[in-house]
Amino acid sequence: MKKLLTGNEAVALGAYEAGVHFAAAYPGTPSTEILENIAPYKEIIAEWSPNEKVAFEAAFGASIAGARSLAAMKHVGLNVAADPFFTAGYTGVNGGMVLVVADDPGLHSSQNEQDSRYYAKHAKVAMLEPSNSQEAKDMVKKALEISEKYDTLVMMRMTTRVCHSKSLVEVGERQEVELRPYVKNLQKYYVAPAVAKQLHVKLEERLKKLEEFSNETELNYIEWNDRKIGVISSGVAYEYAREVFGRNASYLKLGFTYPLPSDMIRNFAREVEVLYVVEELEPYIEEHVKALGIECIGKERIPNIWELNPEIIATSLFGEKTPTIDYDKSVVVNRPPTLCAGCPHRGFFYELGRRKNVMITGDIGCYTLGGADPLNAMDTTICMGASISVGHGAKKVLDRYNKNMRVVSVIGDSTFFHTGINSLMDVVYNKSNIITCILDNRVTGMTGHQDNPGTGYTLQGEMTEMVDIPSIVRALGIKHVRTVNPLKINELKEAFDWAFELNEPSVIITRYPCALKKLSEFDKKEFEPLKGKCEIDSNKCIGCKRCVNTGCPAIQFIKSERKSRIDKVQCVGCNLCVQVCPVNAISKVGE
Amino acid sequence: MRETKSILLVGVGGQGTILASKILSDGLVEAGYDVKMSEIHGMSQRGGSVSTQVRYGDKVYSPVIGKGQTDILVSFEAMEALRYLEYLKPEGRVVVNDYKIPSAPILMAKADYPEDVIGTIKKKAKTHVLDAAKIAMELGNIKAMNIVLLGALVKAMGLTDIDWEEAIRNNVKDKFVDINIKAFHAGMDAVELAEA
Repeated sequence: MKKLLTGNEAVALGAYEAGVHFAAAYPGTPSTEILENIAPYKEIIAEWSPNEKVAFEAAFGASIAGARSLAAMKHVGLNVAADPFFTAGYTGVNGGMVLVVADDPGLHSSQNEQDSRYYAKHAKVAMLEPSNSQEAKDMVKKALEISEKYDTLVMMRMTTRVCHSKSLVEVGERQEVELRPYVKNLQKYYVAPAVAKQLHVKLEERLKKLEEFSNETELNYIEWNDRKIGVISSGVAYEYAREVFGRNASYLKLGFTYPLPSDMIRNFAREVEVLYVVEELEPYIEEHVKALGIECIGKERIPNIWELNPEIIATSLFGEKTPTIDYDKSVVVNRPPTLCAGCPHRGFFYELGRRKNVMITGDIGCYTLGGADPLNAMDTTICMGASISVGHGAKKVLDRYNKNMRVVSVIGDSTFFHTGINSLMDVVYNKSNIITCILDNRVTGMTGHQDNPGTGYTLQGEMTEMVDIPSIVRALGIKHVRTVNPLKINELKEAFDWAFELNEPSVIITRYPCALKKLSEFDKKEFEPLKGKCEIDSNKCIGCKRCVNTGCPAIQFIKSERKSRIDKVQCVGCNLCVQVCPVNAISKVGE
Repeated sequence: MRETKSILLVGVGGQGTILASKILSDGLVEAGYDVKMSEIHGMSQRGGSVSTQVRYGDKVYSPVIGKGQTDILVSFEAMEALRYLEYLKPEGRVVVNDYKIPSAPILMAKADYPEDVIGTIKKKAKTHVLDAAKIAMELGNIKAMNIVLLGALVKAMGLTDIDWEEAIRNNVKDKFVDINIKAFHAGMDAVELAEA
């Protein structure tokens, strides 16, 4: 039976069919749905980890214990997990282990567009690159077999368009695989310097065998057509190239891309007149081809920024622009993403944005939108957990050189668990007087409502201990801690007044569920759901735009009337606008 | 050999473009086509501009299309049609919902919603206009707007031979099947059949 699946769904199915026993991940676009789709399989232990390093290590531990395991993360997550990743490259595995890494060419939902293929080369770990969902499924199984046969970690590199595109996949059965026996082996897993020294020798021997495999495996294959043009490609770029060149070119399609098949590349190049290397982002394959002394056309024509598509490839290689409709696009107004109606972050940024002479260091999540117009309440967003540590470093220097400026660091609940805790420890240890705000909306919001250590539930729906943020914060040594309801502007204002006066670091926790969250049993006990709608009395409205400047998508300023209006379909009755209106023109109806 | 066709569905996060694309893809698979569909998740869903691409034929390679490569552009919101018009082939068609959702700069009165968007599009491409919101509301649920547009797309694309009711049944909850099937037919009735 064939099913239309996304690449991520196909990876999950592949893990199931290949007998995977353990899988772990931290959510991150475009990789999130891999673990979400593994979770329903009761045969597999599936977990959300607090961060990618933990996910990798947990999966690695399962492999050492003899299980087939999988870890999944987005490209920047591998930066966090890089430490164990490199060492696992040395040790090899017991049960097969596959690390799925999802790059985001085009930065649909990321802070950079790094090409993670260089990580495989850097850590000397075998790498596979699927082009579509069927390959994604098949390659998980293949990766585990390679992992066990060659005693190596295998990285499977995906990209947004492989993860989030659907194509037909043949559905099979699960093949149960027995746990391999665990045998204590210090020469393999006890990576003290003397052991590691020997492991490096073994790693180089393993790479030679893997290169032989790369030249023989069906994962790398040639499709002969016209031999005037030869195209080497991998991943989704192969599908684009196939669309552009059709049968007018021959293809060397690479599915196993570290180590690259040098012999195969030489043989293919010899048979064709002109050689193109078509790949998204960096010239990873091209550099290897050129290092072999083979001439080819690649990144001198094809962009190494943003994602590709058939039209971009055709235009960049042949200079022929595809005909399009000519019209004035300048009248089209931007449609940036916004915080949802009723978002508990809105009032927080509205109030914080009113404070003068403040550096606001932000973090990664929905609340990153607090830096956008009209809230404009953020100076930096760098990477997961950086809000607090960047704020710390900035504040130390500002204080030493007598620059009178307060620093407020803003981080979400899940991001605090991810890497914020270490940063807050730094604040206490190295004594900076910053105000850390933890926006606890009771869920991992941006990636689509995943549970986290603070929600009281696991990925597979079991109830678990709820990690308590105020207790962590106090245990780290923060003496001044307040929890407020962010739907109440006065509570926010008082908390800021209090914190700004302190000469020691403080933490303000805002605690209210995401407006879109389906409330859990725990939430229902703690929070009253919002009711009613807000309404503007146009006779009282003075057109001051304060309500509009909260950035609520339910409120529109009508220019012709010079008054605001609320869209009742969108309003969820959070009452923020009622609180900011200076003339009491807004009231709640239908409660 | 059936040539690969490309459909681009665009709208605003939360309008149900993904469900419409899913039903569309399932129907095309049942009809024996090779199908690829691509969508973008994450940040853009927070009220931002969204797009889904569906490609079908005997053998489809690329899941995405570039500028000037779309056979039919289905826009769930008027201004979004203009944003993505450059992706249409000059001889392609547009199905556009006569429905406006102001974006953030417009809500804040920092920009104006462009004037006569539909008129502009009509001058540039063969266009089917329908008020899917009104049709859906008359059927009792504005949320069925996406399926009204799906019906219009199917008619405009000449894909009426496929068992769409089955595809709808397979993708929506039981209690919403009836209204969605009605919405689908109402959408079909709202546009003329494509010329062969």
